[in-house]
Amino acid sequence: MKRFRLDWLVLPALGFGAVIAFWYFSSATWAKELPNPTKTWLASRDYVLKPFEKRGEMDQGILRFTWYSLVLVTKGYLLALVLGTPLGFFLGLSKTFTKTFDPIIQILRPVSPLAWLPLGIILFMGAGKSASELGALFTIAVCAMWPTVLNTAVGVRAVPQDYLNVARVLKLSRAKTLWKVLIPATLPYMFTGFRLSLGIAWLVIVAAEMLTGRPGIGGFLWQEYNALVYEHIILCILTIGIVGFVLDRLMSLIELRFKTA
Amino acid sequence: MSDHVELSNLTKTYPTPGGPAVIVKNFNLRIRRGEFVCLIGHSGCGKSTVLSMLAGLNEISEGGIVLAGRELTGPGPDRGVVFQSPSLLPWLTAYENVMLGVDQVFFTASAAERRQIAEYYLTVVGLGDAMDKRPAALSQGMRQRVGIARAFALSPKMLLLDEPFGMLDSLTRMELQQVLVDLWNRNHLTALMVTHDVDEALFLADRIVMMTNGPEAFVGDILHVPFPRPRDRRVLLEDPEYYRLREELIEFLEVRAYTLKNQSPPPSPPRPDGAASREAAPRSAVPMAAPCPTTPSVLSAS
Repeated sequence: MKRFRLDWLVLPALGFGAVIAFWYFSSATWAKELPNPTKTWLASRDYVLKPFEKRGEMDQGILRFTWYSLVLVTKGYLLALVLGTPLGFFLGLSKTFTKTFDPIIQILRPVSPLAWLPLGIILFMGAGKSASELGALFTIAVCAMWPTVLNTAVGVRAVPQDYLNVARVLKLSRAKTLWKVLIPATLPYMFTGFRLSLGIAWLVIVAAEMLTGRPGIGGFLWQEYNALVYEHIILCILTIGIVGFVLDRLMSLIELRFKTA
Repeated sequence: MSDHVELSNLTKTYPTPGGPAVIVKNFNLRIRRGEFVCLIGHSGCGKSTVLSMLAGLNEISEGGIVLAGRELTGPGPDRGVVFQSPSLLPWLTAYENVMLGVDQVFFTASAAERRQIAEYYLTVVGLGDAMDKRPAALSQGMRQRVGIARAFALSPKMLLLDEPFGMLDSLTRMELQQVLVDLWNRNHLTALMVTHDVDEALFLADRIVMMTNGPEAFVGDILHVPFPRPRDRRVLLEDPEYYRLREELIEFLEVRAYTLKNQSPPPSPPRPDGAASREAAPRSAVPMAAPCPTTPSVLSAS
């Protein structure tokens, strides 16, 4: 297609317009329960325009909910990186380690967060009140770590033999080889893993909050579903999408910085 | 002068499904201290295998290598290696790449002394202004200059060069040969360089070791290069002797590298002192009339 002036603005606007039109059409015809865009906006206005207001435990501004979710995601995500990166290095460096643990990793990897969460809560049952938070953290970490693990392992295996030969010829110590050669050479792969992991962590938080009923964007969504306020479900979906998009953009900016290395 | 490096009965075999493949067999060579030796042969004949065994990057199947009185057991910074691709770490600047080795070898020196060493060698190879550039910002020739500086900055017992200029265009190659020889003239490091460029070997080497074609490659013949140092390329090119030696090298690569292949590798005579050259496979023993098994294609004597 030919490019024209402002196509970067006009074409996306057309895309949004088409979806909003379909939304109006659906709520008027085959999905009568679906609130139309106008109703959704009117019901959500308070939450969007006063995003940090706290009116009650489950009645807060949308960015306040988002903030709670982000805090939990950050903790779980960091846990995933702390566990996943070394695991990836071991897998990449040792054939024996790979042979030992790769099968179990391949089996655990596709398990849904919805399946992990109950186990997480059971694991931290002894922690009393914070059991649901620890369970959620466990779930985020265990689901989000795999892209980091696998990409790091691939990156370590892909370190050019030339670089390793330099390290061997100069007789660099193990620590120096790791910090001066292996880690810098693997960084681009690691950051691809980090970006994918963050995406998954953000997916998991919503599920985790829905099941545990914690205040946050996912918890709010589930509560409003039970309270039959369907407008707020749509508000939550849009917020989750926008936040996920922004997180991915931020990570790819960081990733780009390391790509040149 | 005594031998600085001694390769005796060096053999490299790789296990394959069809039995062990012998790449190099009974490779014998003695190099004197301060000597520049070039190893020449067809590609794939095992020259680089010999060099990487010397570098300690490739395991020795049989035989052994003694460097400065000690048997080699693995890689180490006492040998400065210049790889075929510059093999610089792309996330480090030229200076940091050189410092990586300098820090390793001169760990007892002060930080200022180490910096001086790295800066000195980078300046000598002509990178005084480009020390803080990353490899990506350097041309292929400049990268290999860093590679040369890195090897020399270690003050190694020996210099190992694996077709270091193979990837460069011919003008840059000549420039870098000059850089190398200028640096080498300062301290006459013992050097072994693998090449398939006849002119490069004649310009740089004191002796040229010619390898037979693999498998089971060995030292086919050794040529003395009598030109006095420092050498001037233009003077060299006017010397009729240069062309005679060149002819001899090419004759080896075109004919004898193939005919000798069918001979069994020479046994290893435990000589008292290996000062002699042309020791291996005297020419009279070679059946010159024997047909070549394969016709040699284009020679890389450009």
